[in-house]
Amino acid sequence: MKVKVISRSADDFTRERSNDLQLLSFLLPLSEFVLCSFELIKRVFRNYDPSIRSQEKAVEYVRALNAAKLEKIFARPFIGAMDGHVDAVSSMAKNPNHLKGIFSGSMDGDIRLWDISTRRTVCQFPGHQGAVRGLTVSTDGRLLVSCGTDCSVRLWNVPVATDMESGGSSANSAKPISVYIWKNAFWAVDHQWDGELFATAGAQVDIWSHNRSQPINTFEWGSDSVISVRFNPGEPNILATSASDRSITLYDLRMASPVRKIIMMTKTNSISWNPREPINFTAANEDGNCYSYDSRKLDEAKCVHRDHVSAVMDIDYSPTGREFVTGSYDRTVRIFQYNGGHSREIYHTKRMQRVFCVKFSCDASYVVSGSDDTNLRLWKARASEQLGVVLPRERKKHEYNEALKKRYKHLPEVKRIVRHRHLPKPIFKATSLMRVMADARKRKEERRKAHSAPGSIKTEPLRRRRIIKEIE
Amino acid sequence: MVFLLMIHYIVLQDVSDELDLKIKKYLRGEGANLEALKDKKLKGQLSVREELFSKSAKVAAKADKYYLQIKYLKISLWLVPSEGGYLEGEGIEKTWRIKQEAISKEVDILSSRKQFDIILPELGPYTLDFTSSGRYMAVGGRKGHIGIVDMMQLSIIREFQVRETVRDVAFLHNEMFFAAAQKKYPYIYNRDGTELHCLKEHGAVLRLQFLKNHFLLASINKFGQLHYQDVTTGSMAGNYRTGLGRTSVMQVNPFNGVIGLGHSGGTVTMWKPTSSAPLVKMLCHHGPLSALAFHSNGNLMATAGKDKKVKLWDLRKFEVLQTFPGHANTLDFSQKGLLACGTGSFVQVLGDLSGSHNYSRYMTHSMAKGYQIGKLTFRPYEDVLAIGHSMGFSSILIPGSGEPNFDSWVANPFETSKQRREKEVRSLLDKLPPETIMLDPSKIGTVKPTKREKPTQKERETEVDAAIEAVKDKKMKKKTKGRNKPGKMMKKKQEAIDKVKRPYLEQKLKEEEVSRKKQKISEEVTLPKSLERFARKAAS
Repeated sequence: MKVKVISRSADDFTRERSNDLQLLSFLLPLSEFVLCSFELIKRVFRNYDPSIRSQEKAVEYVRALNAAKLEKIFARPFIGAMDGHVDAVSSMAKNPNHLKGIFSGSMDGDIRLWDISTRRTVCQFPGHQGAVRGLTVSTDGRLLVSCGTDCSVRLWNVPVATDMESGGSSANSAKPISVYIWKNAFWAVDHQWDGELFATAGAQVDIWSHNRSQPINTFEWGSDSVISVRFNPGEPNILATSASDRSITLYDLRMASPVRKIIMMTKTNSISWNPREPINFTAANEDGNCYSYDSRKLDEAKCVHRDHVSAVMDIDYSPTGREFVTGSYDRTVRIFQYNGGHSREIYHTKRMQRVFCVKFSCDASYVVSGSDDTNLRLWKARASEQLGVVLPRERKKHEYNEALKKRYKHLPEVKRIVRHRHLPKPIFKATSLMRVMADARKRKEERRKAHSAPGSIKTEPLRRRRIIKEIE
Repeated sequence: MVFLLMIHYIVLQDVSDELDLKIKKYLRGEGANLEALKDKKLKGQLSVREELFSKSAKVAAKADKYYLQIKYLKISLWLVPSEGGYLEGEGIEKTWRIKQEAISKEVDILSSRKQFDIILPELGPYTLDFTSSGRYMAVGGRKGHIGIVDMMQLSIIREFQVRETVRDVAFLHNEMFFAAAQKKYPYIYNRDGTELHCLKEHGAVLRLQFLKNHFLLASINKFGQLHYQDVTTGSMAGNYRTGLGRTSVMQVNPFNGVIGLGHSGGTVTMWKPTSSAPLVKMLCHHGPLSALAFHSNGNLMATAGKDKKVKLWDLRKFEVLQTFPGHANTLDFSQKGLLACGTGSFVQVLGDLSGSHNYSRYMTHSMAKGYQIGKLTFRPYEDVLAIGHSMGFSSILIPGSGEPNFDSWVANPFETSKQRREKEVRSLLDKLPPETIMLDPSKIGTVKPTKREKPTQKERETEVDAAIEAVKDKKMKKKTKGRNKPGKMMKKKQEAIDKVKRPYLEQKLKEEEVSRKKQKISEEVTLPKSLERFARKAAS
């Protein structure tokens, strides 16, 4: 007779001392062998056999549902408002070299440097007479360039980080290094990513150098004023502008004239290049949509991002290039996937007015919006993200919840909870109205198509419909 | 040397074969067929997902790998999970002839202590229940004796007398609480024997079962009423009359949470808390049911009837797999699939020794003459069978019955109080709603298949034609003289054709009627108010 029965001596399965760890799930990423030995120390024994876990699929589904609900419960995106300006915030700039600082300019000519962590003004830059229309910081983070409707471009020294911390009072004010007065009002400014040039937009596009009092180059195509300008993050000599003649124009500094231009049905308010795929840019349009373009192929948008119900005023890409934030005239801020047709997130508060400028923070975890109500608002980029130091076990739990939500995202219950956002009433109404209008338009077109000769009416996809023509 | 290498090679081959088998187990079924997909984006996403699944299955299977290496290479690594028990006869020795005394001589002292007989002749017959980790046992004597025993320390935690009939005991989610079915009502006690609740709504309960994933306490009372009570909120999740009379045969299918009831008419019904009609009603025996048990993989059910038969059923096809002669008052499946049957003072354990659902005799055990076995329960994660009988309760060793490796986060026999508290919270967060109880739990989390569209007119016509053709071609039987006339034959054929046509015509009529009714309603609606009085009244 050969016989063996299960026999467990308590010594092998219980810890020796009371201060031995019982659960060390943060050790899980270690290699298998190390893990095995650790598991023996901590007296945790695993058996992954499905037969000892009954109804595991139902349990997982319930967990996914709970994860979706928890995400909703913890969704508190608003961190705080930065109050200080006395007029609407018209422009913002982030410092690529310093995470905590953000510059904002207002309609009354006030420029402020904010410390995001304390949400206080660190420094003021007085001097502009009219509205500050453009702000930009050089890539090394030393120089701030501002321009405004008073036809002046001002260069400022950015205070060093240590100064910022010591001088907590808002009385700190700086003087411009240089002031250049030019012929006409400016609408926007942007600094080259790699170099010492910056471009201003107004009646024409001017290219300036740090130490020249006059533009070194000027581009003009058409007679309408240019309202936004953005340098390409990958190729320092390429920039894109949009003008009030509804055009988007690409320039190459190495050439004497602009390269390409498309004319759309409505004006583009702002442009942002995707920092990870610098051939692509997204244009924030007056019709409430954003259009992602491949700069080599401008006859068709790569993606149309719809959801805003009014003009999109500003757009900024996350440094990861996977998301961008938009601020709109409909008093909301939305976050889109770079390839998503609809927004992932909508932020709004009762007191927030028309949003004129938005920025993604340089660590991709915050969003700052500046609006008509003179405030800057700080939001989390992921509404339910846990701030502060996250323990490894917490991180694992978050990852597990994310995976669960991803796995069950198509099931109606989970989908409904994950997708639901509370909308302000005017936006909810406007959205449904726009849906009705779109349906009516579609129906009409279908009928027209049905009653005309086959092939005589072609349906243009939305990606191409709003583009009038491309000029080279 | 070459020979050794060859052995090594064969061993490795074996290991990889077994690893493949394990991976298959952890994959939990086939992956999606990606070839049929046209959407490239979806295909890419799914293929990434499938790869992830196969990887995780491989990792899980590798956790067993150390075990395999030990088995074949005889390396004793102390890192590995423990191996299951076994009992093998040598030569012509039969396993079912081996006595418990012989086993106790061969095993270690710790294991031999697990064989015991507790004689309590006055308070008997006893019923038993284990916690899911197998550490604690609740015993209930018919005459009112209730006790909680720590099976690891072999010490009584608490025992008390309720001074009325106790018909059944059941642990709730952990050892802190248990329910006892007493003379008039079931009660919930905590571990110290303090009465916490009296569940009057249940009535005089005969059997209690706890569904630990759903936190539901299920009971069947004297009038054949099935109650489900949520123990977290105290609300009644379901209250159904079975309408099949008094029964004390009730068992939860651990695979899907469905409750099986065995009735005096020989039927087995299966219930869920969200439907008032049974999910399944199957005639299993020609006589009253006496016991019922479910295998933990959900495919196998064992029933015993008063018709002197024990039957094994395949729950996927609802068919009999095997029939054994003999009575059984109580049945239980172990974690590894052994089936224990108890009748009178005799216990028989059947085993699936070939691994192909072909049960045969594995072990037997006879108690002292006159003992009446009332309840058999395998202890989880141990090679132990507990027996509740008329003279007390006993425990015997059944090698190979328990799962050798427990999972600390599923059921931990060595749980500390802190771990228990944490687990209580976790399991409450993962509490399943009663709707998740269904016959096929793998359907949860899947998409409903699209409805089949109605067959078109043409399809229906071809179907009718085919049916008529089939009848026409049928050869008529030759009848006696006079009934075989061509006229009669024609008539008969015509009748057969009409019979085939009839269901189609009936369906058509029904549909027409439905559409006519719809039309009528719409007509009524379209009439303006001023003209309504002129509308033709429905024929009365």
